[in-house]
Amino acid sequence: MRAAIVVAALALLSSPASAASPEPPNGAAACSACHSTNAAAQTPVPKIYGRSADEIVAAMAAFRSGQRPSTVMGRIAKGYTDDEIRPIAAWLATQK
Amino acid sequence: MSTRRTRRDFLCGSAAIASSTLLPMPAIAQAAAKVVVIGGGFGGATVARALKAAEPKIQVTLIESNATFTACPFSNEVIAGMREIGAQQFGYDKVRAAGVNVVIGTATVVDQTGKSVRLADGATLPYDRLVLSPGIDIRWGALPGYDEAAAAKMPHAWKAGEQTMLLRRQLEAMEDGGLVVMSSPANPFRCPPGPYERANLIAHYLKTKKPKSKLLVLDAKDQFSKQGLFQKAWKELYPNHLEWVSLSNGGKVVSVDAATNTFTTDFGKHTAKVGNVIPPQKAGHIADLAGVSNNTGWCPIDPVTFESKQVPGIHVIGDATIAAPMPKSGFAAYSQAKVAAFAIVKLFAGEQPSPPRLLNTCYSLVGPDYGISVVNVYRTANGALAEVEGSGGVSPADASPDFRKSEAIYAEAWFRTITGEVWG
Ligand SMILES: Cc1cc2nc3c(=O)[nH]c(=O)nc-3n(C[C@H](O)[C@H](O)[C@H](O)COP(=O)(O)OP(=O)(O)OC[C@H]3O[C@@H](n4cnc5c(N)ncnc54)[C@H](O)[C@@H]3O)c2cc1C
Ligand code: HEC
Repeated sequence: MRAAIVVAALALLSSPASAASPEPPNGAAACSACHSTNAAAQTPVPKIYGRSADEIVAAMAAFRSGQRPSTVMGRIAKGYTDDEIRPIAAWLATQK
Repeated sequence: MSTRRTRRDFLCGSAAIASSTLLPMPAIAQAAAKVVVIGGGFGGATVARALKAAEPKIQVTLIESNATFTACPFSNEVIAGMREIGAQQFGYDKVRAAGVNVVIGTATVVDQTGKSVRLADGATLPYDRLVLSPGIDIRWGALPGYDEAAAAKMPHAWKAGEQTMLLRRQLEAMEDGGLVVMSSPANPFRCPPGPYERANLIAHYLKTKKPKSKLLVLDAKDQFSKQGLFQKAWKELYPNHLEWVSLSNGGKVVSVDAATNTFTTDFGKHTAKVGNVIPPQKAGHIADLAGVSNNTGWCPIDPVTFESKQVPGIHVIGDATIAAPMPKSGFAAYSQAKVAAFAIVKLFAGEQPSPPRLLNTCYSLVGPDYGISVVNVYRTANGALAEVEGSGGVSPADASPDFRKSEAIYAEAWFRTITGEVWG
């Protein structure tokens, strides 16, 4: 009962005004397990949200080739082609 | 689109009308859509928030038994006295603030035809789509001698919380010289590298606090996750404090006796001062009640939508699924939750969900300042999940101490970040 009342209350609260956020490109949704989406978070893992798309594309290519040493990113970057990274990078750039 | 949903659309008319000027026909259903999520762990809390973020009009209700969640990743550090249990615990205030209706209660009935969930207190919640992320349950009795009463004496500590603290207290209370025995189950089970991380950290505790003691690991397998890296570390760090007995060497435990703390294999008996039984497991019981588990105890799913292959309209994510080669990890549950959320939004909108790419990384600590990891990227192929060829793998065998230290730091950062995204 209590739960049903909460549900009803929420229906009133959820205003249709708040916009839906665009779906991230395939393969981009779980980067946030390591890269915080919270700009204020204290973490040694570099920020990638809101960065320029070119920087992301270049970093991923360098990780993949091994030119840029990494702990995990080389192994992750090998799971994506350049063509797959470009839309991810473009999307990341819009996520400030 | 059922006639039931159409009726509900009219009931929630105001939201539907507000959006109908902008969105095509099928999206009207979206305005009134109700999703119920059972389980507020790594998968469930993530899918609830991701649904709300992707489509605020969806009414999302999250049902979770405990007001405070206790996370398993890093609970091995708690057992070894390197971390306090409070650092593992998270509440649901931020999940509520994100617009999710969080109900603390236990789901006890899923009515597939009436599309509703009943809670232990009698409340009934209707849904258009249901998501289950109930984690695991212990398969009580599958290992003869191991039932709930036995677990109060020989903890599994495979669900974090009181069990974690029980094992820690037993280790602390043990006299130096005592034998610790751990048994590890056959595949599949929650967190494939977990037993071996725990073995390291218990060995580290013994080496530093109870140097005359030893840990014996009895295993129902010959092979395990990150094996080469773990075995190298054991040799380097714990040559006198950790012994691993593989399946081929008679490691398979066939019964336990909690009265005497005894593990029996086909070849003999080992009586422990402290016994940790990591028992056989299955999907959380609500998956059975919902009809989504099969005779393996786990839930077959469509890898594009994570919808049950057995019951339409019910999605399953996380440990409860059959998603091999993805492991049963918190990271995998998070990754699957995002995929399921976007798929559900598309299904409500009458669109075709696109085949996903999923990620997993499991870090393990081998000792303080010594971390290792396994990474995989997954795609769908032939109706199942598959590793993207050439991607992923484990940390290099010949990495420098600095590299291992970086991975230990990144492991902790991962835990803070993912728990921040899920509950913060
Ligand atoms: C020792 C150990 C170490 C680990 N280390 C790592 C690690 O380093 N990295 C990693 O990624 N993973 C790790 N894991 C694995 C990780 O904990 C799980 O894979 C993850 O919790 C799975 O998420 P889930 O959503 O499927 O289940 P859970 O996170 O377990 O959440 C399930 C939730 O559902 C609730 N629930 C169940 N049934 C009901 C019901 N009927 N009604 C209401 N609520 C219900 C439960 O109370 C629970 O809160 C580790 C596990 C262990 C045991
Ligand atoms: C398991 C944790 C983890 C995951 C998952 C992860 N990253 Fe990273 N990322 C790191 C770490 C750690 C670094 C630092 C380099 C290293 O040691 O690998 C990094 C560095 C980066 C950098 C370089 C940033 C800079 O400032 O130069 C980029 C770009 C990046 N990651 C992109 C991504 C993208 C895109 C994804 C998702 C497809 C992703 N990462 C997923 C951990 C992760």
